Amino acid sequence: MLVSIQNISFHYGSANIPVLAIPQWSVQSGERVFLHGPSGSGKSTLLNLLAGILLPNSGAIEILGQRLNALSARRRDKWRARHIGVVFQQFNLIPYFGAVDNIRLAAHFARTPNATGRAKELLQALGIDENLHHQPASQLSIGQQQRVAIARALINQPELLIVDEPTSALDTQNRNAFMTLLLEQAQRNDTALIFVSHDLSLAGRFSRVEALVEINRAGGQH
Amino acid sequence: MFLRLALCSLWNRKGSALLTFLAITVSVFVLLGVEQIRHQAKSSFGNTVSGIDLIVGARTGDINLLLYSVFRLGNATNNISWQSYQHIADDPNVAWTIPISLGDSHKGYRVMGTTADYFTHFRFGQNKRLELAEGAPFSDLFDVVLGSEVARSLGYSLGDKLVLAHGLGSTSFSQHDDKPFRVAGILKPTGTPVDQTLHVSLEGIEAIHIGWQNGVKLPGSPMAPGAIALGTGALDTTTHHDLTPKTITAFMVGLKSKLATFQLQRQINTYTGEPLLAILPGVTLTQLWQMMAVMENTLRLISALVLLASLLGLAAMLLASIRERQREIAVMRAIGASPWFLLALIEMEAVLIALAGSILATGLLCLSTTLTAEVLAERFSLFIESTVITPQMFTYLLAVILGTVLVALIPGISVYKSALHQKLAR
Repeated sequence: MLVSIQNISFHYGSANIPVLAIPQWSVQSGERVFLHGPSGSGKSTLLNLLAGILLPNSGAIEILGQRLNALSARRRDKWRARHIGVVFQQFNLIPYFGAVDNIRLAAHFARTPNATGRAKELLQALGIDENLHHQPASQLSIGQQQRVAIARALINQPELLIVDEPTSALDTQNRNAFMTLLLEQAQRNDTALIFVSHDLSLAGRFSRVEALVEINRAGGQH
Repeated sequence: MFLRLALCSLWNRKGSALLTFLAITVSVFVLLGVEQIRHQAKSSFGNTVSGIDLIVGARTGDINLLLYSVFRLGNATNNISWQSYQHIADDPNVAWTIPISLGDSHKGYRVMGTTADYFTHFRFGQNKRLELAEGAPFSDLFDVVLGSEVARSLGYSLGDKLVLAHGLGSTSFSQHDDKPFRVAGILKPTGTPVDQTLHVSLEGIEAIHIGWQNGVKLPGSPMAPGAIALGTGALDTTTHHDLTPKTITAFMVGLKSKLATFQLQRQINTYTGEPLLAILPGVTLTQLWQMMAVMENTLRLISALVLLASLLGLAAMLLASIRERQREIAVMRAIGASPWFLLALIEMEAVLIALAGSILATGLLCLSTTLTAEVLAERFSLFIESTVITPQMFTYLLAVILGTVLVALIPGISVYKSALHQKLAR
C-alpha cells in the first residue's frame, strides 16, 4: 500500500466545519488514479494533505508506511522532497532559473547525487532541446514549462506523483502530447500517479477513476 | 546551488537590487571615509610634535601652552626671561633645547624666532626631521626659512625679500619695513603647523625690534645706520647692539634620559625665579584631542545613521519583493524547501548586496585616497597614510554585515511566515 488514509478530517483555522472528511481511501504503488470533482470539492486540500503541507485535524495519512503527522515540520519537508513529485496547473518553475537548474534545485532538497546528467536525460526524453536547457524558465513556452515540471517532479525518482490540473493552460495538441509524456515517464519510473482534473475526457488514460465527492463525506464545502 | 539561487534571484530584480547596492556603497563609503578622516586627523594631530620631552613656557594652562607653542594658536600670556631659560638649559639632564619667540607675523602667517637647533632637533610624525626642499637653514641675521605652505601660497622663492609685521593680524600697520628678510630656505611639507610658519633667528627677532618699545616703533630713535648690516655675515657677526634676547616665548626640551622627565617637570613647575609651566606634549595632545571627542562621536553617529537608512532601504526592497515571490515560495515549498531555507535565502541576498557594496566602497576609498593623496599633501598639508585598512575599519565592515543580517530579519521573518502558510499553488 502506497497511500493509506484513515478517518481523516480537516478544517481551516478556527472554523469547526470540516472541508474534508475521508473515512478510508488508498492508492497502490504504481497505480494511476484520476480524481475529479467540481471546484470547491476539496481537491486542493486533499493534495496539500497528501504532500504533507497541511496536516489533518484528526485521523492518519500514511505514505510508504510513514505517518506524516509523526514527522517534524523540517523532516516532513525533506520527506516530501525525496518521495513526492508535484506538478501544478502552471507556474511550476522558478522563473529566473534555467530548466536544468530548476530540476537540480529539487534534487538539492532531496540530496539526490549526480542530478545534472539525469536532468539532461529527462529533458531530452521529454523533448526539450539542449539549447533550452539553460534558458530562464520564464522564457520557455507554457508547454515546455510543463514538460520541465515533469522532469523536475521525477528527478528524485519519487514513489508518488501529485499532478493538479496540469493541462488547463495547454491547447488540445499540447495537452495530448503532455499526457502521453507524463504517463510514459510515470510508468518508466514506476511512480504512482494521483491526477486531479475536472476534464473527464482525460479519464480514459487512467487505471482508476474516482469522484472526490464520493470519497469526501464533508459535503463539498470547498 | 544556494548561492546560485540567491544570485539569480537578485539578478532577476536587478533594477531595485542595483539601486539598493549603490545606496549601501555610498553609505559604507561615508562610514569608512569618516573613520579614515578621523583616524588620519588623529594621527596627524598626534604627529604634530614628537621626540620632545617637555615644552616650557610662562605659567598658563597646559593646553594654552601647547596651542601657542606648537599649533601657533592664541597668544602667550607672558614671556620667559632669558636667564630662566639659560638656567634650565644648563641643567645636567637636558640634552638640547629649542627656544622659540613668537609675536610677529607675515601676511597672516606666524613668524617664529628660534635657533639652528630647531632644524636639528625638532621632530614630527614618526620621529621625522625637518627637511629643506631648497636652500639652507638661516645663516645670516635677516634670513628666513619658510614653511612649505607659506612659500606655496605666497609664491616666494629663494632670495625673495619680505617684510615682517609686528603683531599677528594679517593686515598690520606696524611693519618692520626698515629690515626686510631674505628667503634662505624652504622646508618640505610636514602636515604640521610648521608648514604655516616663517622661521627666523632669535637674533633677527631682536634686531627688528631695536628702537621699538612696548610694540610701538619709536620715531625718535631709529636704528643707528650700519648698526646691523644686512648680509654681512654669520649670526655671530659682532654688531653694535647686543642681540641676545631678553625674553623668549617658550622653549622645547630634549632630555638625556626619559627617566628625568617628571623630575625636571617638577623642578620647572616649582622654579622660584619666575612662574613657569612645563608640559609633556604627548599627554597634552591627548587631552586636547579628547576635547574633540564630541565632534568625533557626532561624525560617527551621522555615518551610522546614514548606514542604517540604507540598510532599512535594503530591508524594504526585499520585503516588497516577497509579495511578488509568492509563487516562487509555493514552488520551493512543494519541492521540499523548509521555511528556514527561504529565510536563509533572503538573508543571503541581503548579505550579498551589503558585501558587494562594502567591497566597492572600500575599493573606492582606497582609490580616492591614493588619487588625492598628493593633492591633499601639497594643498592642505594633509598627509594620508598609504595603509587605509585599519583594524577599526574591519570592525566597521563586520558591523555592516551584522547589521545587514539583523535588518534582513524583517523580510526574512515575513518570508518564513509566508512559507509556513503557503499551500501548493494551483
